[in-house]
Amino acid sequence: MIDTTSQDPAVAIEEPAGRRADLAPPLSTPLGTLPRLLVLFLVAGLIVVPLLATAVGGFKELGELRTNPFGLPKVWQWQNYWGILETARYWRILGNSLFIASMTVALTLAVAAPAAFAFAHLRFFGHRFLFNYLILGLTFPFATAILPLFIKIRDLGLLDTHWGVILPQVAFSQAVSILLLRNAFRQLPGELLESALVDGCGYIRFFLWITLPLSRPILATVAVISFVVSWNNFLLPLVVLNTPARYPWTLGLMDYQGEFMVAWQLILAFITLTILPAMIMFVLAQKHLVAGLTAGAVKG
Amino acid sequence: MAETTSFPATRHGGPRGGGLLTALIFLPPALTFFTVFVILPIGEAAWYGFFNWNGLNLLENFVGFENYVQLVGNKVFSRAFVNNLLIIAISLSIQLPLALAMAVLLADRLFGAVGFRMLFFLPYILADVAAGLIWRFMFDGDYGLISQIAQGIGFAPLHLLADRDWAYVAVLTVIVWKYFGFHMMLYVAGLQSIDRHLYEAAAIDGASSWQRFRFITIPGLAPMIRLSVFFSLLGSLQFFDMIVALTGGGPLNTTHTMVSFLYYFGIGRMRVGFGSAVGVVLFILCATVAFSYKRLFMRDD
Repeated sequence: MIDTTSQDPAVAIEEPAGRRADLAPPLSTPLGTLPRLLVLFLVAGLIVVPLLATAVGGFKELGELRTNPFGLPKVWQWQNYWGILETARYWRILGNSLFIASMTVALTLAVAAPAAFAFAHLRFFGHRFLFNYLILGLTFPFATAILPLFIKIRDLGLLDTHWGVILPQVAFSQAVSILLLRNAFRQLPGELLESALVDGCGYIRFFLWITLPLSRPILATVAVISFVVSWNNFLLPLVVLNTPARYPWTLGLMDYQGEFMVAWQLILAFITLTILPAMIMFVLAQKHLVAGLTAGAVKG
Repeated sequence: MAETTSFPATRHGGPRGGGLLTALIFLPPALTFFTVFVILPIGEAAWYGFFNWNGLNLLENFVGFENYVQLVGNKVFSRAFVNNLLIIAISLSIQLPLALAMAVLLADRLFGAVGFRMLFFLPYILADVAAGLIWRFMFDGDYGLISQIAQGIGFAPLHLLADRDWAYVAVLTVIVWKYFGFHMMLYVAGLQSIDRHLYEAAAIDGASSWQRFRFITIPGLAPMIRLSVFFSLLGSLQFFDMIVALTGGGPLNTTHTMVSFLYYFGIGRMRVGFGSAVGVVLFILCATVAFSYKRLFMRDD
């Protein structure tokens, strides 16, 4: 049976990197410090070079990508970047992604949190069966049912609308969200609920006024997971949307690439600008992102 | 399912007995979403898979297992299936050891360890399409860095992504580039839960650093390794976006995965029945992998 294993990395990684390493006696690594750094810098180079080549390449002229592949641009072509920033297209695809992702997060939390509360605190007939039923969703990617999903979205009249992307995303994020939230809700001290019930506070009020405010960290984690999954989603919008004005950035990027084909300098600038929001988010919220994404990895 | 609860008092719906009513309000939205958009489509895929259907006409051209028979005989699909297996192979043989090595190298006090970890994790947060396009540029025969390097040391321009023998190798390279950092993070988390005093004790007893790695680190990390392999298996089965960005399945349909096959040959041509059959195969593979893997390897985790 699918069980709570998916939660382990989140728990473990919650106190990530650095902090504990300083206190503990050293773990043994077979290499000395210098060879270690050498290896690390080599791998770091392999990670960074493509990213740098992309960002810097966006500042070159097309011909210079060939004649001067490794150096900095002789003349920085700011126009490549400004030209994109001036188009409505760039802002529109980011706006679309933001709308889709925000709605997905809001709905995911609104739907998953009450369900998770019910599974955490209420014992009703069939609760175990229903929980396992919802958790089935951990295993199955969009792709398995993408064609019937397409037909369903069409029959609901949601084809080529943002809701046609949002609603299935909410559905597919239920499993991991309910699992994480239920486990966290259970950790809250039991006396709280008991005394609240004795004092005449109903379950719903307890959920709204006690559980939710006390569970902000896990709510943030779930929000991060469903936001990032939505922000990076490609297959579902690809199948649902066909008006470029409604594309999220992932589709917009492929669309742009298809249009400019070999004008690599522009494509590189466009890639850089479209991945910029994710990069900034990453720098600002590293801890949440790492904890959230490793926890939500089941969803790929 | 380990049912441990810290809430014995509420077992029967609590003193006010409002539990059932609350459940009746709290559960239906999640159940409805999940049933309508996840479970029903999976069930419908199983049904549509028996038809030859373009999604528009009446669903009446029942063909039995014809779609599945076609699938088995389809060369592109067989290649796609092998490609999925290759992702698993590369994940286990290169990505996993690399991730493990990096996690171990970054485990001790080391200047900049946190920075390295974050950097290695960075590609994982990029969308697959963005990573795919970045590498499409890197591999480009005319403008890409790799071809430039090859030319710099006297080779002809390398059009790797257009080369039947090399295109998929290129895809696998990008997979390792993008995903090893994620697995490294799992191992970093796992390492933190190993008792450091074991290492001290082992060192006092004269264990070599290899022995300490082999007999303390590896067993300590075993649950994480199992988890990481599990993610690799499931991730491989749903691999798609990057194929579109890197190769579009070409050259000559040699770089498809099962999902990209489903997209180009099922959705792209509106062969709903055929595409659904591919979905069903995927579903069965996912289910089999998930359930048997959990049963075999993750019983006590």
